[in-house]
Amino acid sequence: MPGNGKLKLGLYWAASCGGCEIAVVELREKLLIVDQVADIVFWPCATDFKYKDVEAYPDGYMDVCLFNGAIRTSENEHLAHLLRKKSKVLVAFGSCAYEGCIPGLANLFDRESIFRRVYLESESADNPNKVVPQTAYHMPEGEIEIPKFYNTVKTLGQVTDVDYFLPGCPPQDPQIWAVIEAIVSGNLPPKGSVVGANEKTVCDECKHVREEKKIKKFYRYHEIIADSTRCLFDQGIICAGPATRGGCGALCTKVDIPCRGCYGPPPNVVDQGASLLAAVASVVDADTEEEARRIVSEIPDPIGTFYRFSLPASLLHRARR
Amino acid sequence: MAKITITIDGKPIQTEEGQTILEVCRKNNIYIPTLCYHPVLEPYGACRLCTVEVTRHGWPSLHTACTHPAWDGLVVRTNTAEVRAVRKTLMELFLSRTPNVPLIQEMAAEYGVTEPSYPVEDPNEKCILCGLCVRVCNDMVKAHVLNFSSRGVDRKVGPPFMEKTRECIGCGACTIVCPTGAIEIVLQKNAIYAAKPLGPTAAIYVPSLQAVPRVPVIDTDSCIRFRQRDRSNGEIEDACGACQMLCEANAIDFTQQDEILELNVGAIVVATGFQMWDSTKLSQYSYGKSPNIITALEFERLSNAAGPTGGQILTADGVKPERVAIIHCVGSRDKNPNAHEYCSRICCMYSLKQAHLVRDKTHAEVYEFYMDMRAFGKGYEEFYERVQEEGVVMVRGRGAEVQVLPSGKLRVTGEDANLGKLVAVDVDMVVLSSAIEPPADAQKIAQLFGLSRTPDGWFAEAHPKLKPVETNTDGVFLAGAAQGPKDVPDTVAHAGAAASMAVALLNRGEVTISPQVAVVDEKFCSACKTCLNICPYAAISFIVEDNVARVNEALCKGCGTCVATCPAGAITGKHFTDDQIMAQIEGLFRVPELVEA
Amino acid sequence: MSNNGKFEPRIVAFLCNWCTYTAADTAGVSRMKQPPNVDIIRVMCTGRIDPVFVLKAFAEGADGVIISGCHPPGDCHYTNGNYKTFRRMPLVEMLLQQYGIEPGRFHWGWISGAEAPKWAELTREFTEQVRKLGPLNWKKQFASKED
Repeated sequence: MPGNGKLKLGLYWAASCGGCEIAVVELREKLLIVDQVADIVFWPCATDFKYKDVEAYPDGYMDVCLFNGAIRTSENEHLAHLLRKKSKVLVAFGSCAYEGCIPGLANLFDRESIFRRVYLESESADNPNKVVPQTAYHMPEGEIEIPKFYNTVKTLGQVTDVDYFLPGCPPQDPQIWAVIEAIVSGNLPPKGSVVGANEKTVCDECKHVREEKKIKKFYRYHEIIADSTRCLFDQGIICAGPATRGGCGALCTKVDIPCRGCYGPPPNVVDQGASLLAAVASVVDADTEEEARRIVSEIPDPIGTFYRFSLPASLLHRARR
Repeated sequence: MAKITITIDGKPIQTEEGQTILEVCRKNNIYIPTLCYHPVLEPYGACRLCTVEVTRHGWPSLHTACTHPAWDGLVVRTNTAEVRAVRKTLMELFLSRTPNVPLIQEMAAEYGVTEPSYPVEDPNEKCILCGLCVRVCNDMVKAHVLNFSSRGVDRKVGPPFMEKTRECIGCGACTIVCPTGAIEIVLQKNAIYAAKPLGPTAAIYVPSLQAVPRVPVIDTDSCIRFRQRDRSNGEIEDACGACQMLCEANAIDFTQQDEILELNVGAIVVATGFQMWDSTKLSQYSYGKSPNIITALEFERLSNAAGPTGGQILTADGVKPERVAIIHCVGSRDKNPNAHEYCSRICCMYSLKQAHLVRDKTHAEVYEFYMDMRAFGKGYEEFYERVQEEGVVMVRGRGAEVQVLPSGKLRVTGEDANLGKLVAVDVDMVVLSSAIEPPADAQKIAQLFGLSRTPDGWFAEAHPKLKPVETNTDGVFLAGAAQGPKDVPDTVAHAGAAASMAVALLNRGEVTISPQVAVVDEKFCSACKTCLNICPYAAISFIVEDNVARVNEALCKGCGTCVATCPAGAITGKHFTDDQIMAQIEGLFRVPELVEA
Repeated sequence: MSNNGKFEPRIVAFLCNWCTYTAADTAGVSRMKQPPNVDIIRVMCTGRIDPVFVLKAFAEGADGVIISGCHPPGDCHYTNGNYKTFRRMPLVEMLLQQYGIEPGRFHWGWISGAEAPKWAELTREFTEQVRKLGPLNWKKQFASKED
């Protein structure tokens, strides 16, 4: 550690909503403790640093960098490589960096169709000259460059080497605190581990009463008034809890909202969506092919349902182009 | 029951109280003529022919033996001059009423009466008003269709007002008991008769003559008692019962019900056998177009000593055939989609046996149309030689066609491959050595026991050479033709092997099970309970104390369905693991690095 | 896979041990003509087939995937493993469609141990069907750095 014995801490947001930053702020008075043990050397959201400041740091200058957000643009990727070089420990912080998250659902489309929708077709667009983002633009002052918008959203781990993964959309503050404590104490698990989450799934923390499952009809959340004592999945509401790593404290199901799966796959699961899909379909109460097909065909948007947070990290990563 | 002594025709007879004189005489083989008596019906005393001389307290007098009780100390004489005179008078009256009934003619002749003694009113009259039919219809069948009407010379038998009645159930009991053939039932070809090959059988019959124990069964669809019960919605419960009255062993129990037994067993031998292929499926053999074109199984019934002809081989006209053709491979070894490609394996030898039987019983000329003679068993070739020596004509070539000629004769055509010529022969009877095939419900049985079937439809053994009686389902074995066509010796050997395997399994006491089971890694199980409903063997149970699911290894069969289902990845198989299968997939697409030599 | 520039589809078949694997075995022993494009991975029951295997096969480079097992309702060696298959696979179809994989690249169905000719025919027809659809080459979707 450097002279003052304090950690050098960096935080960065790539393609993300900012919720992860809020989650850090949610540490509240504990932030003062963070300040006692760490020097923040890069946090564009909260403090004024320039990229060139970071570029000037020697390699491995930062002890820990918490990187949130997915890799959407060439800028995101550039920073991922840069921060990797400048940090001893790079943490994929939050679901976007870990597995792509909501920005990753854009992988159902490509750059062209996204631009068309956003800049040309959207109901609120006022764009008579049909301008869409370009990577270079001539200004009177000279040529400026705008980061390239990739066709495919990637996770941090897909573009660079990551030491730890801290899941959640956003990560829950007690979990963040626990990770910070672990970092400060140097009590870290093996590289590549998922930290700040449990080995069991959300069901383990969920208080709803579960029974054997037999589903005759799937309901979307607004189609049924759920019994708030019984398991939502048992009632036909697709809940990602069984295929999602616990650690959030089952926040959603606590208020009768089904788990959407933001904490990512459980330890032994390769592809969270496929795993959830297998479980959901297996308990369909149908004894003929026709009936089974009828029941599952009522599930809208399979990728959005089963891969809401994990499409870029899934085996197929994106829809075919 | 008290013992009594009764003297009949000078002979003292010890017997039991409570019988009639006629019953005692019948048991002791003392002949008394009767016309209106039937052992299962109440005596009626209508015909008076059983009149005997009974001496009570020293006073002889004439009584009907069928109605007079056998008391202690009675002296009975059955054949005195006086008795004969009475019977002669009766026969004169009977013969004058029914002059053309053979039975009456015969019985009258015994008493020297050969011509009607009185004017004949109706030479076609057959009814002697004995009342047997009335009693059987009312007392036994309880259909109450037949009764007497009018009086004196107008007395006659018939249904009410001599009208057709729906109350008649067509059981035919009246025709059976009528001594003079006065009642006829016009049979329509109905299902009961059509279902029984080569003629009707009784409602009580032995279904399988070679069975041990050889127990008859009651066809409740045909039995009067059950038909009356069903017709009356259970009100008439005690119709007929003649078999019960007559069975000395008291073996008839009408209360027996079909039972479904649930047994817990340690091994199951599936020996569901075969069924005959439907010979109408190949129209060139004209099966069904002439009663003289029969299948080999029908021939077996025909030549059976307990069969409809008492074992004689007769054509439908009841005469011995002069020429018989036997056609092999009907429906076997045939690529026609209606037939089977496999060899039915048993036909060559039974066809030779049947040729031998025809030669032996009828001396008819026998023509065997065969493709190859598959006489491969021990002693079989020798038998083939012997049948050839008996003069059976062997025609090498499949019988191509059977035509029914206008004369009723049957023309069989085919190629004799040895002569290289088409041949035709006109015969009186054609026996088709039809294929055997898996029973129609084999698929249901396969599903019940988790068996697989080979492409020809027979149940598949676990290994064609090394595991001929085992199946892929532990504890289930195959025996006999269920596994494929087999003759009797092969079936016995196969069944013996299956029984031994089953017993060996039962005697093991402790069984080893496959180690290929699923395991829950309890560290990762979060009690979502998704797997509980998935296992077809209920091998996964939820352990409340530990809040995890657990696999019972003794029940688990290792199918892996739960492994694929577990959303937490907490269940793994001890075989075909996710890692192994994923590695296989990766391996398929790993391009090997080619090193240039 | 290119063979003198001609596209040869790669097809992965997941077959249950008791029915379709037996049929495939019989088809081979019976010298029935089958294209070499189909690679078989044996599992004990189609109920064991985790949808992830299908995705993995496509992700690794398969142009088509076959799943085949025992006929429902009652052929399954494990009573009703195939029920899980027919509950899962329609949903997998929907998923693949959303991923942009043509329905013609994924076949699931039933071939009993007695239906070796049906297996041989399926491999021939499916291979031709996938050949017409052309290469899928999933890895290329994600390979270019510029994207």
